[in-house]
Amino acid sequence: MFLNQFLFLSAVLFCIGVYGVLTRKNGVLVLMSIELILNAVNINMVAFGAFNADLGGQVFALFIIAVAAAEVGVGLAIVLLIYRNRRSIDITEADLMKG
Amino acid sequence: MMASLLTFAQETPVPLTSTEQWVINTFFYVIALVTVVAALKMVTTNNVVHAALYLLIVLAAVAAVYIILGAEFAAATQVLVYIGAIMVLLLFGVMLTRAKIGSEDDLNYDQRWLGGLVSVVLFAVMGYSLWEGFGETKLDPTFQPQRTGEVAESIFTQYIVPFEAVSVLLLAALIGAVVVARRD
Repeated sequence: MFLNQFLFLSAVLFCIGVYGVLTRKNGVLVLMSIELILNAVNINMVAFGAFNADLGGQVFALFIIAVAAAEVGVGLAIVLLIYRNRRSIDITEADLMKG
Repeated sequence: MMASLLTFAQETPVPLTSTEQWVINTFFYVIALVTVVAALKMVTTNNVVHAALYLLIVLAAVAAVYIILGAEFAAATQVLVYIGAIMVLLLFGVMLTRAKIGSEDDLNYDQRWLGGLVSVVLFAVMGYSLWEGFGETKLDPTFQPQRTGEVAESIFTQYIVPFEAVSVLLLAALIGAVVVARRD
């Protein structure tokens, strides 16, 4: 097994996630694309952990999963708040800070 | 007792035969194909619920990749936390924001090609540097699965400070989410 086959899978997932974050208007779909990016990072962590025979990779993948859970919790709370105030989760409409 | 079990597990790492390697590689490429197709469908579909279900496929396939890499505890956690908890949270989000049942046409920006351009350029840069940096580097064919006992030991000894930081972060996120989403 080449190390690169895992790294390339992770790079493809990362770029698809970036595409999703850049093109989606719906707040929940943006959060889903961020999950894709975090998963790509996790594959890298675990692959390098296996490559170096080091447990740190897997341990930090677990930490990233925990942080992703926290991120989705707070992110969805914010999306719900936007929905409650504006009756829409189109994130292009949340532009009060625009000069 | 524990120590003897661990040393027993670490004895005699047998390298994988070429047939085994071929089987593992075939599995990997099938899983990678499923992952990439599901991820592409996820960012292009016009139905929010379908996007959540495609994300489910991606998460399950990533758990399979962890198993190929011998990180079984990470795979189990991926299934429990991502597929079990985060997906339910996201589906709740879809439900509470009253997404339409069926497809919607107003989910994407008009200038999608710009996003596509950014991600293609990003992939070109990343792919070039990965190819330059790791080229034909191979994983050690004798590599052993990382045992859950060893993972637990290293979390509670070497990585105890980040572990405690994550606990505090989870508490803060819990309180923060309640405070933000509460109706006054």
